[in-house]
Amino acid sequence: MKLTLRVWRQSDPQDKGKMVEYKLDDISPDASFLEMLDVLNEKLIADGSEPVAFDHDCREGICGMCSLVINGTPHGPERNTTTCQLHMRKFKDGEVIDVEPWRAKAFPVVKDLVVDRSAFDRIIQSGGYITAPTGTAPEAHSTPVPKPDADAAFEAAECIGCGACVAACPNGSAALFLGAKITHLGLMPQGQPERWDRAVSMLDTHDDEGFGGCTNTGECTVACPKGIGLDVIGRLNGDYLKASAGGKKK
Amino acid sequence: MSDDLYELGDPIADGKVPAGPIEDRWTTRKFEAKQINPANKRKKKIIIIGTGLAGGSAGATLGEAGYHVQQFCFQDSPRRAHSIAAQGGINAAKNYRNDGDSVYRLFYETVKGGDFRSRESNVYRLADISRNIIDQCVAQGVPFAREYGGLLDNRSFGGTQVSRTFYARGQTGQQLLLGAYQALMRQVEAGNVELFPRHEMLDLIMEDGRARGVVVRNLINGEVKNYTADAVVLASGGYGNVYFLSTNAMGSNVTASWRAHRHGALFANPCYTQIHPTCIPVSGDHQSKLTLMSESLRNDGRVWVPKKAKDERRPADIPEDERDYYLERIYPSFGNLVPRDIASRAAKNVCDEGRGVGPGGLGVYLDFSDAIGRLGRDKVEAKYGNLFEMYERITGENPYDTPMRIYPAVHYTMGGLWVDYDLESTVPGLFVIGEANFSDHGANRLGASALMQGLADGYFVLPATINDYIAKNALPPVADTAIAEAQERVNGRIDKLLSIDGDRSVDSFHRELGHIMWEYCGMERTEEGLRKALELIPALREEFWKRVKVTGKGEELNQQLEKAGRVADFLELGELMVIDALHRAESCGGHFRAESQDEEGEAKRDDDAFGYVAAWGWSGEGAKPVLHKETLNFEYVKPTQRSYK
Repeated sequence: MKLTLRVWRQSDPQDKGKMVEYKLDDISPDASFLEMLDVLNEKLIADGSEPVAFDHDCREGICGMCSLVINGTPHGPERNTTTCQLHMRKFKDGEVIDVEPWRAKAFPVVKDLVVDRSAFDRIIQSGGYITAPTGTAPEAHSTPVPKPDADAAFEAAECIGCGACVAACPNGSAALFLGAKITHLGLMPQGQPERWDRAVSMLDTHDDEGFGGCTNTGECTVACPKGIGLDVIGRLNGDYLKASAGGKKK
Repeated sequence: MSDDLYELGDPIADGKVPAGPIEDRWTTRKFEAKQINPANKRKKKIIIIGTGLAGGSAGATLGEAGYHVQQFCFQDSPRRAHSIAAQGGINAAKNYRNDGDSVYRLFYETVKGGDFRSRESNVYRLADISRNIIDQCVAQGVPFAREYGGLLDNRSFGGTQVSRTFYARGQTGQQLLLGAYQALMRQVEAGNVELFPRHEMLDLIMEDGRARGVVVRNLINGEVKNYTADAVVLASGGYGNVYFLSTNAMGSNVTASWRAHRHGALFANPCYTQIHPTCIPVSGDHQSKLTLMSESLRNDGRVWVPKKAKDERRPADIPEDERDYYLERIYPSFGNLVPRDIASRAAKNVCDEGRGVGPGGLGVYLDFSDAIGRLGRDKVEAKYGNLFEMYERITGENPYDTPMRIYPAVHYTMGGLWVDYDLESTVPGLFVIGEANFSDHGANRLGASALMQGLADGYFVLPATINDYIAKNALPPVADTAIAEAQERVNGRIDKLLSIDGDRSVDSFHRELGHIMWEYCGMERTEEGLRKALELIPALREEFWKRVKVTGKGEELNQQLEKAGRVADFLELGELMVIDALHRAESCGGHFRAESQDEEGEAKRDDDAFGYVAAWGWSGEGAKPVLHKETLNFEYVKPTQRSYK
């Protein structure tokens, strides 16, 4: 395949950054999008130029590290797909492809296509867990979980923390990410004691980190590579409201 | 052979295993370990490298115990560690199925599955602790698969006949890792753990022969900094990426372990590589890595190839009586569930006979049509849906309609830094956990045992033994000279890599090394091939240091520089793997020496000559490594020929 890439190049957070055009030919349709960028980088190195910095690791669609806004869409045109699992057979020969980093106030650009997503870790730190000391847990079968709850919790827990929801949202909201964790933990009996405090403190952190408010545009769920549904935002809002009504709000 | 390739060193004792009946040893050890009172723990500092199942669970537990933990990972978040990609499940001897499972059975099968090359005492402890792990993870809210009664579901895995594997669809590693990650984040919030993402350990700080800290590079701005502590824990994973193409994440590397090895930590059984039988075959030379599919697929999928060589018909057009379900034929009692080494080699054999399918004849079918007929498409989808989807995404073929194609690929490394029963390496104060150590899997790891070991080490074993080291040793502040020396080594190496300015990319060297390793030290090894590799690798290494091109500067985010440092270490490790494979003139587990097989082509172990752990010492660049042997004693599980027929 022959391709024209227009890639966002930015040497450091202070640099203004710009789109730079590269031509590639002889790309295998079986290559993944990141493998195509590997080929570009090999070519740049051979030409004595700086390769493009981009984040990736497992290349199996599960670690959540790969990103890239491709032709204006986070993780590219294919639904329920991470960038590493997007294959070039999904593009047309001769196509012009724009490649940009996640754009969001809470995700500053580090270099080229690499952004800083550590705000997500800080949201989890503020309550995205169950307080269970190690070594003293009760027998696993002493806490049955109804199968429908376990399945729904699992589906919410599939969130890979990639941040595509934020990049897709016109407000830069992380409500889908937040809702996924609130839903996962809130559906299980183990997660009940901290449920209300969790909703309040995680949402407070979310706002403090510079993520925007949710206005139900639904772009997040379209961009989510794991197909997390808008219902998790409903649960987030429900828990937050109940917590506020119960006087838990700080 | 010792003359030309290595020196023989002193044997090593089976360190710190208490005497007495095997079921009491861990209790005894925990009781004898010296404790530190909670107020003093706050003053003690522990550094942990890596945040996967082992590192994440260790950080959470040690932080909770009150230690001051500093934890580093090269990814942008601890949640990205490659443990997240484990699909299948985690074993535990809960006997929830009432199928005769027990701690002893899990212990027995793990020792046998590892081809009698692991340490009995460690394996028993692992099997015993496995039960607590499930309790722990359930308490954390890990959403394991449940039955309609609300209790936990189980399935069976390769190499075993009981259902003891707990799972969360095909994403068990992800859910277990997120459990550990969340527990770790809780400790970060509590101020017990200081987290350093996008930092890579590049050297150890050594003083008086002890590990006293690390030198790390901040991958964002290139700053090289040092951190000192009372003890250092490596939880940095395996080294399968030495093969370039493997199922490991792209960043997985051996640098932390290798730097420690160069300071005296013995590297044990480096040649034990697990080749996983159920990976998606290679599609072209652009490929950067291989994708594994959970071997739980073998529970319901049937493996076959055409009976006739070079049969190019579509699978649907090949009638039943012209198919060879070779695993069921050769191994009737285990069938498609034989252990990984057996399944992998059997696939290689049928492909070598010209009966492989797909591009290049390097593939076998994994067929679900019987299961879909028996269970219905919905049930199959509920069990394996995400794996089927992943397969379709990568290959463009729909596995509900046509059989999957699979081929073996490098997956896991059983070798690693040598540790004693306390998980301490031969460098005092340096502990090694999870895949980075060598201890529990012998020459072959059974399915669903890696997650078990990572969490056992991190949640339960290390936290019970590291106290003892810290309590017993006076650990004064580290001298500036020791820190400066370590920092100097790191800066020197970075400068060297940046100054070569050659004409070959880092990846081109990595790919070439990978080819050599796969060709000569892969699924099947011969003396001739291994000797050939020993000519090629040093030459490649020499070329690397003359011709590698590392673009950019040190004081910035520089992914080429990161890779170059890792590949430099792989080039040294690769040679040691080959030497280890060459000296071990027997077949065992993942190490199949063509010269050592029986009349039926099965691996032939030689317990009298090789019933030991091979722990290698570093003796300088270009100098012969020193082999220290730890004799393995089997008091409970007597070595027998493994048979799955």
